[in-house]
Amino acid sequence: MEPVERITPSTLSAKDLPWQILWRKDRCTLCGRCTSVCPVRAIELGVHRKRALTIPPGLEERPANLFSVYHGIDQRTDPAHACVGCGMCTLVCPNGAIVPARTDESDRLRFHVNQGGEARRRGGRRNDSKSVLDRIKFVRISMLTDPALDAGRHEFELHTLLGRILPPERMLAAERDNGWTPPVREIYPLIIGGMSFGALSPNMWEGLQMGVAHLNEEMGMPVRICTGEGGCPPRLLQSRFLKYVILQIASGYFGWDEIIHALPKMKEDPCAIEIKYGQGAKPGDGGLLMWYKVNKLIAAIRGVPQGISLPSPPTHQTKYSIEEAVAKMIQSMSMAWGFRVPVYPKISATSTTQAVLNNLTRNPYAAGLAIDGEDGGTGAAYNVSMDHMGHPIASNLRDAYMTLVKLGKQNELPLFAGGGIGKNGNLAANAAALIMLGASGVQTGKYILQAAAGCLGSEGDRCNVCNIGVCPKGITSQDPRLDRRLDPEKVARRLVDVYLTFDTELKKIVAPLGRSTSLPIGMSDALGISNADAAQRLNIQYVL
Amino acid sequence: MCRLFAVTSSQPQSPVMAINALNVMKEGHDGSGVGLFLTDLGGEFEKFKNEPILSGIFSNEGIKALDHFMIDQDFMVKYKLSLRPTKPAPSGTPKRDNYVIRVYEYPAEWENLSREEIEYRLMMVQLQLRQIGEKDQSMLIFSFWPDVIMIKEVGDPLAVAEYLGLDRRDLTARVILCQGRQNTNYSINIYACHPFFIQGMATMTNGENTAFVPIREFLMSRDFPGYSGYYSDSEVFTHILHYMRNRLGLGMEMYKHIITPLKDGELARHPDGGMLRSLKQSCRPLIIDGPNCVIGCLPDKSMFMVQDSKKLRPGVVGGRPGIFAFSSEMCGLDASIPERDINLDHQPMRYETVLVRRERQEMEKWNQWNALPPLH
Repeated sequence: MEPVERITPSTLSAKDLPWQILWRKDRCTLCGRCTSVCPVRAIELGVHRKRALTIPPGLEERPANLFSVYHGIDQRTDPAHACVGCGMCTLVCPNGAIVPARTDESDRLRFHVNQGGEARRRGGRRNDSKSVLDRIKFVRISMLTDPALDAGRHEFELHTLLGRILPPERMLAAERDNGWTPPVREIYPLIIGGMSFGALSPNMWEGLQMGVAHLNEEMGMPVRICTGEGGCPPRLLQSRFLKYVILQIASGYFGWDEIIHALPKMKEDPCAIEIKYGQGAKPGDGGLLMWYKVNKLIAAIRGVPQGISLPSPPTHQTKYSIEEAVAKMIQSMSMAWGFRVPVYPKISATSTTQAVLNNLTRNPYAAGLAIDGEDGGTGAAYNVSMDHMGHPIASNLRDAYMTLVKLGKQNELPLFAGGGIGKNGNLAANAAALIMLGASGVQTGKYILQAAAGCLGSEGDRCNVCNIGVCPKGITSQDPRLDRRLDPEKVARRLVDVYLTFDTELKKIVAPLGRSTSLPIGMSDALGISNADAAQRLNIQYVL
Repeated sequence: MCRLFAVTSSQPQSPVMAINALNVMKEGHDGSGVGLFLTDLGGEFEKFKNEPILSGIFSNEGIKALDHFMIDQDFMVKYKLSLRPTKPAPSGTPKRDNYVIRVYEYPAEWENLSREEIEYRLMMVQLQLRQIGEKDQSMLIFSFWPDVIMIKEVGDPLAVAEYLGLDRRDLTARVILCQGRQNTNYSINIYACHPFFIQGMATMTNGENTAFVPIREFLMSRDFPGYSGYYSDSEVFTHILHYMRNRLGLGMEMYKHIITPLKDGELARHPDGGMLRSLKQSCRPLIIDGPNCVIGCLPDKSMFMVQDSKKLRPGVVGGRPGIFAFSSEMCGLDASIPERDINLDHQPMRYETVLVRRERQEMEKWNQWNALPPLH
């Protein structure tokens, strides 16, 4: 039999791919919507020749071939066009004729996604649905002596603090002597983590900013959003909404030319400055905005040429060590805003977190520490970094908090935890667990994308094409044809939904614990887990 | 919920007066413990106002160890009062060898020490003895301080009082704090019995402090050896008071601002909102999450009551010039000072602190909305 085409080492069949397209001829109207919407062009119009044998009864007529042609869908199988399982074809199909299905065994594609010697890069997350945070239960329920509170009717004050908080003795001395007190922000404990203008589409950014403004000004919730490394649109920099924004500076310094030039025109100080040294999704590796997404607008805001990839170095190149970098950068950033703005570093969770933390406790200008665990998401990273690098957040955060307790500085230097919070949908429970393990607040990105904008990603390597600018929902693309699929107003509305729900759920967790007057930071006696090793490691109760 | 009763009187009172008030409130405690804090003492103890008094329970071995330790430290016994039960112990009360109340003479070498140093050393002696006794339960130490006696025991308050013979004439005080314990989620341990004492101040609490663990961690990391123990979540109230007064140098008007600060929105409207906001932030780990009613006594013998906004049945203060009682329930007050003007009874609400000074002439009421005195 003659081969259809040459078979090479990387010739794959649909069965070798992680996703197979199931298409039903009897339902398909050949409208073409699926092929046009597919972000990776995994499907195309197929023209199929079909042979049917006609065998008349008796011997008078000879059997004959009847050839016919029908049109339908072909799944492409080369690695560049393998289906990513996003399901957009299903979403747009008027007749329910097409759906991607996950393969029933381990795929073969993974051995071939390095064509030309390019290791796999993608967006998304670690693709592991296991979560220690999901296993933590809240076991200390107030019963007879202190009846549980009514989450719906009681007054709650669940704000947190971002900034260097003076110990009481020094605070009183500063009050008496009219001395300097470091800036402290009273904020909502769920921060929208750093996702840059560039990683996200303009519509997505606008939607998030509108939602944050609404939450602050209409709902009275002091929600803050971090810019990520990619600068900030000048109009926002000069607006009163800047006070809801945490500006991030990272090793590429993208966008900081614009920010520095906008300083004299700022009407408000930003909420804080986050210095990114590491990111949970790709610890020890720098940021990455691939060339696909660097259009004219992004290039202008970041101060770079169009159409080139923008990798940030893994470290801040101008500094020799993290100690020096932290001290000097915190000092510089503090000075830029007249010591009125909290400045804190963000690192990826690592077994060396304690060293960084110890250093910060001795730096009177350090306003906190954000720690990003291995389950953090990203718009673009090497697959190996995402899947295999990093430290889980729970034990790292707990260690950091207990170090501060030992030093007596647990209230001075707030810890913010990120990475995998709500990755299986349990945002409030995960956040509350981390707070009771010692976090002053949490940062989340992926959950916001999923809930507020309908991101299609999952822990099963679904979609994850954020890096190449083809996001089928228009969340992470810079192509106006895709971007316009996302209505910023609706993103804003969903963001408000997310925060209101989170607030209700957080109250539903803390009220039965009898807590309402302050965020239960470090209330570890409320936590239990059904794994003895985890219980011992986190110093919480082992429950069965 | 535990029952609390305290009295401050110009005339020395027998502790049995307070025990009787507790007995009226009996349905609220379960006999898992009774604690007494007596200060501004009457009777024989009037003669020893400045000498430290050791209060505790000792086994016969414990007494020997105590004598050995105190002689080594050059403390000499000046006066002692022995509680020697003659009847069988009431149900639930363990048989003890010795209930000790001893007045000591200071070591000669302490003579020229500063007051602060003496107070620190007294606390350290108490902690050392407690530590020695904890190994074999041979010593249970409640206080070691001038003009202070503490008695604690497991059992029904009235039965324990009769058993120990607390109605004796030579045991009276002008200030008495008394608690009948309802054991909740901690095992019965006499160190969990209120009132708690540190360096001249004592408090007792009812209700549960759900923010206990972070508060304990904060206190224990202040690098002060007295902030230890914590068999009860209520011990932190005493230590917060101590931290506020002795470490931060703040007056009693700030106690409520630390444990139950005004909400952020309220602070914006307070005349001292800026300072109070900073204080709230710096003392964030000391914010309690009740419901709690706290009754306490300061080193100057002032008595106070505060409670948080979740306290659905607040404690009450009432009396007349010369005698005032602080009670967790109205019936306790009625039983102890029936002849007072009940219209002047006061239940401090979410913003208030009530204080009766040593002169016992009036109830002072402070509100968290009041402007603060200048920091000094």
